[in-house]
Amino acid sequence: MDQIALDVAHLFAGGLVLVSFMLLYQDRMSGLVNTFALHALVVSLSVAWQAYIQHAPHLYITASIALLVKAIVIPTALHRIIVRLGIHRTIEPVVGVGQTMLAGIGLVALSIMVMLPITAAAGTLAREDLAFALSVVLLGLLMMISRRNAVSQVIGFMSIENGLILAATGAKGMPLVVEISVAFSILVALIVIGVFLFRIRERFETVDIHELHEHRGEQP
Amino acid sequence: MTGYGSWFVAAVLVIPGVSAALLALLPDDRTTARLNMLATFLTLLCAAVLFVERPAPGRYLIVDDLNVVFIVLSTFVGFTTSVFSASYIAHELEIGRLTPLYLRFYHAMYQILMFGMNLALLSNNIGLMWVAIELATLTTVLMVGIYRTPAALEAAWKYFLLGSVGIALALFGTILVYLAAHATLGEGLDAMAWSALVEHAARFDPALLNLAFVFLLLGYGTKVGLVPLHAWLPDAHAEGPTPISAVLSGLLLNVALFAVLRFKTIMSANPQALAPGPLMVSLGLLSVIFASLMLYRRQDIKRLFAYSSIEHMGIITFAFGMGGPLANFAGLLHMTLHSLTKSAIFFCVGHIAQAKGTQRMPDIRGLTVSHPVLGWGLVLGVVAIAGLPPTGIFMSEFLIVTTTFAREPALAVALGLSILVALGALILRLNGLVFGEPHGPSAPSRASYIPVFAHLAIVLAAGVWLPPALVAWFQHVASRLS
Repeated sequence: MDQIALDVAHLFAGGLVLVSFMLLYQDRMSGLVNTFALHALVVSLSVAWQAYIQHAPHLYITASIALLVKAIVIPTALHRIIVRLGIHRTIEPVVGVGQTMLAGIGLVALSIMVMLPITAAAGTLAREDLAFALSVVLLGLLMMISRRNAVSQVIGFMSIENGLILAATGAKGMPLVVEISVAFSILVALIVIGVFLFRIRERFETVDIHELHEHRGEQP
Repeated sequence: MTGYGSWFVAAVLVIPGVSAALLALLPDDRTTARLNMLATFLTLLCAAVLFVERPAPGRYLIVDDLNVVFIVLSTFVGFTTSVFSASYIAHELEIGRLTPLYLRFYHAMYQILMFGMNLALLSNNIGLMWVAIELATLTTVLMVGIYRTPAALEAAWKYFLLGSVGIALALFGTILVYLAAHATLGEGLDAMAWSALVEHAARFDPALLNLAFVFLLLGYGTKVGLVPLHAWLPDAHAEGPTPISAVLSGLLLNVALFAVLRFKTIMSANPQALAPGPLMVSLGLLSVIFASLMLYRRQDIKRLFAYSSIEHMGIITFAFGMGGPLANFAGLLHMTLHSLTKSAIFFCVGHIAQAKGTQRMPDIRGLTVSHPVLGWGLVLGVVAIAGLPPTGIFMSEFLIVTTTFAREPALAVALGLSILVALGALILRLNGLVFGEPHGPSAPSRASYIPVFAHLAIVLAAGVWLPPALVAWFQHVASRLS
């Protein structure tokens, strides 16, 4: 039973890394949002499984927040935003998909090589979960720097957040996980509301971050 | 001892919380500015009581020698900024840059910011501190974007993304610290409490602590504004309302630095772990060098002083990174004086930008002729921030450079040279701003001069004479840190 419990936990954590890779090569906005919904679904399954095997009922709250907010509400809102902004067709990665994927593989290798040796004392579950979580965080950062589009940067940030939730639930018995995940959800919700309310398109005519730089206010 | 101290700790948190709710609900703008002042003043009084009456550390909150300095400084600058803010906001309402609705939002956010910072300083739990710093970041993001001009929105967006990434990295570091601690301290709240962490740090797994500190330094370092993670800072300072620039520079950067310091003490308590000093010294020195060079080409007055804040945060991080009682003492002193001076400068700059209708430095000339009090206030402030004698900042910078010279002469030369480079840039700009023939539009200013000169008087006085009680207190804290 114990071995199976670990295997399932690893399956979900590894699945999350896989979905992070899928986020990297999505070249359509709606596909990106759907993949992100899948990302959130996997993270909520993973958290729910941790709640079950650690006998920590409060983690079910975190899991349901992840499911409700990040797998349902935010993707729906993002779909509406991208349709309204008329950017649901394409997105442009800064570097090619091939290089991005290679860099991603390098990052995953890096995080496994960094985390596994130093977490030997932390127990099998936390150990591999942390390695996977760091991979998800690094892949999210890679996504944020390889995309120009404000909406895809937000999605990159939210995938980082999912990685952190994975790490926090993997650390057995960590207090305040629920509070932290609530605080994070508020942050994410505000980012999305920010994109929506400030109507970046109306203000800047574009959500392409590179074109925002004309407003640096610094040029003489 | 545990008598009424805990009531005042609670008050430091409850007063901003309650007044945030009140300010969000009350419609009249005259009373709200005064209520804002009253609330920050009461918070200051309660915080001052913590100097003498201190409760025992609880499970979530703690008052110790280190954070009481930060809390009193933070509530004091919070109070003076609210006095400045009242006159600043009155002008913004008059010219219609802010509507009464936004004003309510602004005042509520101001109090929530105070609440977040006080909570971050008082928390005895690394998770709670993280949540509080996130709250403080969010409120400042919202306030930076309050004017809703394209530049303000871009600044807020940049701050938001970079700040969030920094905060995410800090959370990962926090989780790693918990993992390092829970083998020793067991599961639950103890493994996240400062008091327990520092006490038992020697038995933590050093490899996990090392990795955690790298994440924490990068994460909270983003909020401190250390180069190369500083990109949000100049924009956020330049585009938001000036009271917020003052609070950002004077307080929020300190709060983030406080978090780094807390984790540094844990690292130093573990003999096998990586020495945190060299990392902080290199980031600090890099910030000083970079910011002092960047000072030369600034066109925007608020951006100029934002870069100066990066420089000074670099100096402070450098000092704490050097460690040892003397450098820590100088670091604490420099941090206190920088907060006071920089917020005084931003008070002046806010009124100047309102009177001249611009933040562009080439359009501002001859302030000592057109607005003598503001002009000379700015002169005093810049002389103080540039580290010229007899101001207090001269003394703290002198201490930092000399103590470094005794231990690492090469670093001291680099640091001293960059401070001189920065001094050159500031004096050059100051000359253009305050002397010569005034030109351009110029409205009379109805400024509140009390906060400006109160801060500057303290900074000047500190350069001439430091009260022995204060020196003893800082020495005590400095020795606790090392």
